[in-house]
Amino acid sequence: MFAQIQAFAWRRPYLTTAAELSLPAIWFVVFYLAALVLLFVSAFWSVDSMTGEIQHSWTLDNFRQLITEPTYRHVAFRTIFMAAAVTLTDAVLAWPFALYIVRYAGPRLKTALMAAVMVPLWCSYLARVYAWRLILSHDGALNWALHVLHLPHQTIAYSNGAIWLVFSYLWLPFMILPVAAALERIPVSLIEASADLGAGAGTTLRRVLLPMALPGLVAGSIFTFSLTLGDFITPMLVGGAGSDFIGNVVYASVGVANNVPFAAAFATLPLLVMAAYLLVVRRMGAFEAL
Amino acid sequence: MRVFVKSIALAVSLPIAAQAQTPTAIGPGEGALNVVAWEGYAQDDWVKPFEQQTGCKVHHKYAGSSDEMVALMRQGGGGLYDVVSASGDASLRLIFGHNVAPLNISLIPAWKDFIPDLQSPAFNTVKGEHYGVSYEWGPNILLWNTEKITPAPTSWAAIYDPAHTGQITVPDNAIQIADAALYLSKTKPELGITDPFELTQPQMDAVVDLLKQQKPLLKKYWSLASDAVDLFRNGDASIGAAWPYMTNTLRDSGAKVAETIPKEGATGWADSWMISAHAPHPNCAYEWINFVTAPHVQAQQALSFGETPANTKACAEMDRITPGSCAKYHADAPQAYFRQISFWKTPVRACGNGQSNCLDYSAWQQAWQLVKG
Repeated sequence: MFAQIQAFAWRRPYLTTAAELSLPAIWFVVFYLAALVLLFVSAFWSVDSMTGEIQHSWTLDNFRQLITEPTYRHVAFRTIFMAAAVTLTDAVLAWPFALYIVRYAGPRLKTALMAAVMVPLWCSYLARVYAWRLILSHDGALNWALHVLHLPHQTIAYSNGAIWLVFSYLWLPFMILPVAAALERIPVSLIEASADLGAGAGTTLRRVLLPMALPGLVAGSIFTFSLTLGDFITPMLVGGAGSDFIGNVVYASVGVANNVPFAAAFATLPLLVMAAYLLVVRRMGAFEAL
Repeated sequence: MRVFVKSIALAVSLPIAAQAQTPTAIGPGEGALNVVAWEGYAQDDWVKPFEQQTGCKVHHKYAGSSDEMVALMRQGGGGLYDVVSASGDASLRLIFGHNVAPLNISLIPAWKDFIPDLQSPAFNTVKGEHYGVSYEWGPNILLWNTEKITPAPTSWAAIYDPAHTGQITVPDNAIQIADAALYLSKTKPELGITDPFELTQPQMDAVVDLLKQQKPLLKKYWSLASDAVDLFRNGDASIGAAWPYMTNTLRDSGAKVAETIPKEGATGWADSWMISAHAPHPNCAYEWINFVTAPHVQAQQALSFGETPANTKACAEMDRITPGSCAKYHADAPQAYFRQISFWKTPVRACGNGQSNCLDYSAWQQAWQLVKG
């Protein structure tokens, strides 16, 4: 019996492939795609405000509200702008760091620096955000240091500036690692050739290293951009008045107002933004560098 | 609107039909009890003695928000949990949603010792029918740092005052709209706000205007109790709306803070124990409510959470555990103190005056999001 099945499958290789793929495919379809479809469909439903039950009749009210109410536009713009600002900051910070690790540091220093980049990832996300709260607060470590140096007080705590700072710190390792990996793959011979042909360090950086490491930079930006776009804990903990992200509105709509359809409608926006972003970065070769 | 009015009428008439089902005596316990409660409402200090005395094994689930409580009580057709410690902003939703059963209050002997205003309050008693038994309460007070804010404020105007820009904090909660409405009801009587939880659209617009003017003055909308404590302890905020729990926590850590109920009055929360309409262990549920409304548990609960018991006989017990605590938590305060408090209740479309042009909770929630931006 078993031999028969084997023979049958051997003559039809596509069956073996299908059997092998079926489990992950079912997983993908049921738990991933189905959830997304359900999310999108429920965006067209509404909620009975007193009994809290979902009304399964089609309506565009959720989307109409999102478009006509300027507050939601502000929230969406704030979220996307912050994701872009954090990505840019991390790209600028990660570049010299990754370049130093790969090109200049000796083997032992290199290991130590790589470990330094990774170690914060072992520590709880919440602990790191709370640590920043302690640093930035009015009577915190930063103001204490400024006081010792006879410099004026800062009041960055609980503001959009604080969110930007904390996000840039949190996601920096996710930018450094792919950039370092991309730089590692550039053969030393190319840099030597560039120097032999009379290019200075600046020209080599601009015309050899940067273009060749760009896919790594773009791959890192997928992490920093998407992680910022979907976060709601950092804005809640270090943000001030007027720091709500799309995630905060979604969270409040589900957890506080029990309005899942509205939350679903707003949650489709980051999905679309991310899809557009991935389409653009695919053209820049980001997926080859992952 | 019409549909809604009808459903309210239905909601009010149905429970009355169910009146006959309320038990006339507490039968033998079922051996288990599933509790949905606020963090700290099912402490071993009184859960263990309860289990020993009644044989009802307690399984508790702590909820993080009123809305989570409502969702839990509706889960699985409402038959998963027996009792819930619902706050006033959730209790009416549970009643109108048919999620909780009417109670026979004569089976709760401690009830007659309650503060009169908490015996049949609007947030757990509808048309004379009890759906919940009051448990503990607390006011939303004005809290300030006595070193930075002088002289001591006496009005809620202090949290709308540009002189305190960047030092103010208020809760991140739609029910905070009621605090602003309460302030406007005294300072702008021409708006005609009689109950801060019953607002028409023009009244809501005025409240939202005030809150939008307040937003640039704020340091932060606090969402966790620990946020508010941190803000005051680290010097980021000097004045704001908070709970007595925070005053006590801050004082214990040496911070110089003071609290008051301003001259306009204050809003307050009050929690009620309610029994699920489909409770699998109704006898244990009654036993539980009797146990936790007794003076000594009321006192233990009040001191462990920092709130005030509904049972007036708990005062002596509180002083026995921690001398002076009864006065500290205003458990012995005269009725005049109590009457300054507008207790949280779920905003619904039906106003108290028979009109149905008030805004419901989902409208409040949206207005709050628009204020926060």
